[in-house]
Amino acid sequence: MMVHVLIVVGLLVSAIQAIRAQRLLHSALWLAVTSVLVALEMYLLGAPEVAAIELSVGAGLVTVLFVFAINISGEEGLAGERPAPLIVPRPVAGILSLVSILLLIWMNLDILGVPVPAGEPLSIRSVLWENRMVDVLLQVVLIFAGVLGVLGLLAEKPAAEFQSAALRGAEPVHLSFSEEEPEPLPDHDVELEGVQQEPVPALAQEESR
Amino acid sequence: MTTISIVPIAIIGLLGIGLYALLVVRNLIKVIVALQILVKGAMLAMVAAGSIAGKTEVGASMALTVIVADTIVAVVGLALAVQIRRHFGTLDVRAISTLRR
Repeated sequence: MMVHVLIVVGLLVSAIQAIRAQRLLHSALWLAVTSVLVALEMYLLGAPEVAAIELSVGAGLVTVLFVFAINISGEEGLAGERPAPLIVPRPVAGILSLVSILLLIWMNLDILGVPVPAGEPLSIRSVLWENRMVDVLLQVVLIFAGVLGVLGLLAEKPAAEFQSAALRGAEPVHLSFSEEEPEPLPDHDVELEGVQQEPVPALAQEESR
Repeated sequence: MTTISIVPIAIIGLLGIGLYALLVVRNLIKVIVALQILVKGAMLAMVAAGSIAGKTEVGASMALTVIVADTIVAVVGLALAVQIRRHFGTLDVRAISTLRR
C-alpha cells in the first residue's frame, strides 16, 4: 500500500515537473522518471512483461531519441519570447481538462464496484499471438513507419536540401502573389487594347456605312 | 482493494496533466512530452483494468500495442520537430504557421 502511494505521488510529481521544466533536457529526463515509475506500477499490478518492455522502450529508447532530437534542434526554451499569447489561455485549458477529467471519473465510477467474473488464466503469448493477431500485424506496420521516422530524424543533408529546394520553389509562388499580379495585367491590357482596337475600326466602318 | 483505490488517482492525474499540457505548451518537443504523459496514463489504465478484471494478459497485450504505437508517435513527431526547426528556425508552435492573415 505504502509503495503504491509513493509510486503514485512520484508519478504525478515527475509528470508535472516534465511539463514545468524550463530546459527541454530536464523535461526529457523527468519523462524518463515518469516512465520508470509507470513500469514499476505495472510490475506491481501483475504485468511484468509489459513493465520490462516499458522500462526498456519508454525509459530507454524514447529518452535517447528525445536527447538526440534536442541535441540536433538545440536547447530552445522559448524563455525570451513571451509576447505571443497562448493558443488556449491557461484558465480555459485548466477548466477544460478539469471538466473532462471529472466527466471521466463520473462515467467510470460504477466500474470499480462491479464484480468481474474471473476467466481462466491465459499466458500473454497465447493472447498476443492467437486472440490479438491483428495487433501484432499492426505493430509490424508501425515499426516500418518508425524506421521511416528515424530516417527523417537522421536525415542531415539530402532531406534538408530537398525540402529547402521545395521551399525555395514554393517561396516565389508566395512572394509572387504581390509581385506577379501586376505582370499579367499589362498582358491583359495589351490583349484588351488589341481586342478593343480591332472592333473600333470595324465599328467605325459600320458607323461610316 | 487498496491498489484499486490508489491507481485510478495516478491514471486520472496523468491524463489531466497531459491534456492540460497539450493545450498550454507551445514548444513542439514539449508537445510530444505531453502526448507521452497522456499515453502513459492510458497505458496504465489498460494494465490496471486488466488487473482488476482478472485478465491481466489481455490488458498487457493491449498495453504492448500502445507502447509500440506510442514510441512510433514519438519518433515521427521528433523527426517532424527537428525538420521544422531546421527550416523555420524555431520550435514555437505559433511561429511556424504560414497561413497567417
